[in-house]
Amino acid sequence: MTPPTVLQRRIRVLVAKPGLDGHDRGAKVIARALRDAGMEVVYTGLRQTPEQIVNAAVEEDVDVVGLSILSGAHNTLVPQVLEGLKAQGAADIAVVVGGIIPDEDARHLKELGVAGVFGPGSSLAEIVSFIRKAARSR
Amino acid sequence: MIRTQKRLQEPRRGKPVERKGRFLTVSGAPVKGLYGPGDTAGLDYDRDLGDPGRFPFTRGIHRTMYRGRLWTMRQFAGFGTAEETNARFRYLLSEGQTGLSVAFDLPTLMGYDADHPRARGEVGVEGVAVSSLADMETLFDGIPLDQVTTSMTINAPAIILFAMYLAVAEKQGVPLDRLSGTIQNDILKEYIAQNEWIFPPEPSMRLITDMFAYCSENVPCWNTISISGYHIREAGATALQELAFTLANGREYVRAGIAAGLDVDKFAPRLSFFFNSHNDLFEEVAKFRAARRIWARMMREEFGAKDPRSWMLRFHAQTAGCSLTAQQPYNNVVRTTVQALAAILGGAQSLHTNSLDEALALPTEETVRLALRTQQILAEESGVANTPDPLGGSYFVESLTNQMEEGVRQYFRRIDELGGVIPALEQGFFQREIAEAAYAYQQRVESGEQVVVGVNAHTVAEETPVSILRIGPEIEAKQRQRLARVRARRDEEQVRRALASVRHAAAGPGNLVPPVLEAVKAYATLGEIVDELRAVFGEYDEVRII
Repeated sequence: MTPPTVLQRRIRVLVAKPGLDGHDRGAKVIARALRDAGMEVVYTGLRQTPEQIVNAAVEEDVDVVGLSILSGAHNTLVPQVLEGLKAQGAADIAVVVGGIIPDEDARHLKELGVAGVFGPGSSLAEIVSFIRKAARSR
Repeated sequence: MIRTQKRLQEPRRGKPVERKGRFLTVSGAPVKGLYGPGDTAGLDYDRDLGDPGRFPFTRGIHRTMYRGRLWTMRQFAGFGTAEETNARFRYLLSEGQTGLSVAFDLPTLMGYDADHPRARGEVGVEGVAVSSLADMETLFDGIPLDQVTTSMTINAPAIILFAMYLAVAEKQGVPLDRLSGTIQNDILKEYIAQNEWIFPPEPSMRLITDMFAYCSENVPCWNTISISGYHIREAGATALQELAFTLANGREYVRAGIAAGLDVDKFAPRLSFFFNSHNDLFEEVAKFRAARRIWARMMREEFGAKDPRSWMLRFHAQTAGCSLTAQQPYNNVVRTTVQALAAILGGAQSLHTNSLDEALALPTEETVRLALRTQQILAEESGVANTPDPLGGSYFVESLTNQMEEGVRQYFRRIDELGGVIPALEQGFFQREIAEAAYAYQQRVESGEQVVVGVNAHTVAEETPVSILRIGPEIEAKQRQRLARVRARRDEEQVRRALASVRHAAAGPGNLVPPVLEAVKAYATLGEIVDELRAVFGEYDEVRII
């Protein structure tokens, strides 16, 4: 008798652009890299409120939310997403932030529960493997 | 004798002669081992280059270029409230800057007042917050508008911010025909790359042609649009795509102006351009030279423009923000210097040099000064401004210039096949092209084929921290208070009437500038006026591409 095959679900990631920021180069490159790495990627498009992002994450049953912010509004927007996920009982969804985030702010966001922060120059391979690990530990 | 391409690539004694398999520009275009007369065969000096100041302006738009007058050194600046930015403007002018350039914050760019819920966390962060005429008055306090030229980076709600500037001039007693400067007002590249749109394309184009018409009568020295490749490039486009999409947009604005009943020679001389100046020096110089030649030919041959000023492509350049690294940020000074040199060798009319800390935050006074000094050293010490188009005649640069022109023509054909710029962007054509190029570049960086010093090569274990400019949350509170005072002091009845006439004009065929001007003078806010326009025009939704 052959052992039962364990079908592992593909990792699902929501790539989101919160706030008014229109810079989507990074979000699109990351979305594509994650997809090429075999993950299922949902891209929200621009100008989502934290509430819309939380709802999409829950509805799409994602493992990881990737927030891309280059506008400097991360200290306002990221905590709102974290709180929203908590309020919906979805605090196990890992939140990863990419963009222009000063070191001091990155430390603060991690204290609040962000799994990882990736600034300019981060390698795609590094981000893909981080997200894979974050999803598996869910 | 010119050695052939083949001989250079042949291995000698079993070892390859060249240190890598292929040589690419930063845009991924192949570069040959040698360029010679064969690469520029058929180039006719009078027809294809011309002396500087002569059609087709490949070598520059002025006879003397920088011997007559240096380019305008114009650093883009804006943060916090109008008071903070006014202080930065005065500082830059005192340091020898010769023109102003306003960066607005995201709520302003998107047409939201500082007290709108969607503005939360973004007020004054990425630029200066301007919610009403009162902010514009503070922004230019003590700066006589007839003695500076001002560039304003604003697009979807450009008509409103422009009206505020006119109102400030009026209050300073400066006649409108003495105003000089540029408003970006380029909505097509917003749909294509920069993403700060509000209304759908058709009414947005009408706002632009209304401004063309108004300015040709009332503000004749104002550049009514800055047709921008900068943001297209920053979004990941190649040099060729930047050039092709920008010139295609320019062609679309000319068509729109003509379709609105304007004489091409009445508005075309006030069209201006804005390009990125990236790392690959020769590719960039070729791009700028090709831009002038293509535009001149198109304006004369396709649109029948007769005024030589309609043929001349004048441009502002900014060094490439996307080339800056957060790692070893002092290296950015070197990148910026090379990029600024490309813009100068390419014949730019004005230039912004990025500061070393811009991959981390908005620049500090100290880093902005260094960026400005970079231009001043190039201008005064390097000798590169001594003669026009010093690279003209180079086999390599002329060959690249020809390639750029041919590549643009091919893109024009594809865009025409899709039905023009607006149908093409509605089908996601540009967005897909740019996303592809951005991903291809990132993969070259990832594989190490494209070296980025400090990122995938020559890295250091421990980065030296640099001190950065921080915008505190108190700025948002302060701006909301400023706005509350404006709302409390104004004549509500006058505001209501002015807003009603904006809506009425938007629904009709008349020019929108006069009613918008009346509304800003009544201290109607940016957000209120945008709401009136939105009620008539509706909203745009993006084409999502990954």
